[in-house]
Amino acid sequence: MRALLLLLCAFVLMGQRDPILVPEVSQHEVQVRQGFTGTELLLFGAILDPGGRAAGSEYDIVVVLKGPSEAARLREKERFVGVWVNAASTDFRSVPSFFAVASSRPVSEIVDEKTAAIYEFGTDYIQLSPSGVIDTEEQARFSAGLVDLKTRQQLYKQDFGGVQISEQVLYQARITLPSNVTTGTYTAETFAVSRGRVIASAQSEVEVAKVGFEKLVADYSQDWSLVYGLLAVMLSVGMGWLAGRLFAMI
Amino acid sequence: MDVYLPIANLSVNGLWIVALGGLTGILSGLFGVGGGFLTTPLLIFYGVPPTVAAASASTQVTGASVTGVIAHSSRKGVDYRMGGVMVAGGVLGSGIGALLFNFFRAIGQIDVVINALYVILLGSIGLLMAKESLGILRGDAAKQAPRRRHHPLVASLPMRWRFYRSGLYISPLAPLLVGVVVGILTMLMGVGGGFILVPAMLYILGMSANVVVGTSLYNILFVTMATTMMHSLTTKAVDIVLVFLLLLGSVTGAQIGSQIAVKAKPEILRLVLAAIVLVIAFRMFLGLFYQPDEIYTVYPL
Repeated sequence: MRALLLLLCAFVLMGQRDPILVPEVSQHEVQVRQGFTGTELLLFGAILDPGGRAAGSEYDIVVVLKGPSEAARLREKERFVGVWVNAASTDFRSVPSFFAVASSRPVSEIVDEKTAAIYEFGTDYIQLSPSGVIDTEEQARFSAGLVDLKTRQQLYKQDFGGVQISEQVLYQARITLPSNVTTGTYTAETFAVSRGRVIASAQSEVEVAKVGFEKLVADYSQDWSLVYGLLAVMLSVGMGWLAGRLFAMI
Repeated sequence: MDVYLPIANLSVNGLWIVALGGLTGILSGLFGVGGGFLTTPLLIFYGVPPTVAAASASTQVTGASVTGVIAHSSRKGVDYRMGGVMVAGGVLGSGIGALLFNFFRAIGQIDVVINALYVILLGSIGLLMAKESLGILRGDAAKQAPRRRHHPLVASLPMRWRFYRSGLYISPLAPLLVGVVVGILTMLMGVGGGFILVPAMLYILGMSANVVVGTSLYNILFVTMATTMMHSLTTKAVDIVLVFLLLLGSVTGAQIGSQIAVKAKPEILRLVLAAIVLVIAFRMFLGLFYQPDEIYTVYPL
């Protein structure tokens, strides 16, 4: 009886420690139009304990922004009789087109490796779902190669210390999207971590879409490829002809 | 000036692209080649995905060759019959090229194949041109190379047609085959094929020199049109914004180039072209053997 009571108390007390996360993103829609050179997203929000008091000092915040995933094949170049050719390859079933993580402290100080791997806290922990049979070592080499490539394209990034917590209640992180982002639905997840455990999480979405002329071009090239091709031919013939005419007059 | 390319999914400096178009335009006006052999590698170097670069470069070449064709046809410099046969071959070739492209992409060797083709073709043609123009410059300009007949293999083909403007009585199979080869290369390398076509017409078919450039441009015009269509239907990689920017530069450049061409000595022009071609070939040759910047490449499945 006593033990049960203790257990109940523990549950209630623990429950009470779970904070409330109120996340928000500066813009829920990123419009890719003419002149788009990338954009900066502000992921912010408030952390409150159930009593409504500021709870920032007790928790660490990690935010993860992920773009739509796609399957991809990664090829590795090797020297073959002096010439660099593609040799080995491996397939990944879910390669996020964009991945950014920011945290209030270095992730290694917040959680252990296992937890970091579960919640993808860091570019080393992205769940790429490799398929096919390759030994672990080779798999790790390929994954590292992919992450390195995407990092240099500015599509994967991690910023430990990128989350600022002010007045113990508000947190904010800035993540820049480069101009070469893929369009689609991006998910922004916020995690509150305390004593090595994730105790609260919240999710919001950002829609990245081409609009106006850019959308028209992208749609036409896909759905009306014959018309699109003819238009491209007409454009180049027309411009060539026009230039000839203009210069003939000079 | 930042411009977003909707198909390449990338923001570029528009002025650079116009300048690049202008450079290739000047080359095409000067030498009668499309300049695709320069555009494609430079676009890739700039960060444009290779497929988009090759597809859009071939569309640009269409525009650059229109003016040339008009100019040459007005002074009877186009053999339409010869050109028609080559275009037929070229369309066939671009179809074969599309199949080859998909095959090499499936086995993952497309970039090696493209690089190797560039090295072999640009290297050998560059050397050939350099040797010849140097020989002429060295003094025996009066003697010139003796007017050659066509290659003996061409004469052995069956069924002969008369090509009046080229001054030839040969089998149409020869220009057809030349067209097929150029079509394949156009699709694979994103080049117009002028730098292969002109020597092939002169040395293999033995066409009279005054219709060579016009007929070559005529062929390039239609083959690049066919490749544009092929790309929009299969790879869907033609970026119309990129094409517009390139054209803006290249149509103006082509006019400037042809103005210079009238004043300059043809032997010197050919030597310059040979040097440019050899530099690019050498750069690509090194690229095959040096460790590449990127060991890994991602292909969407």
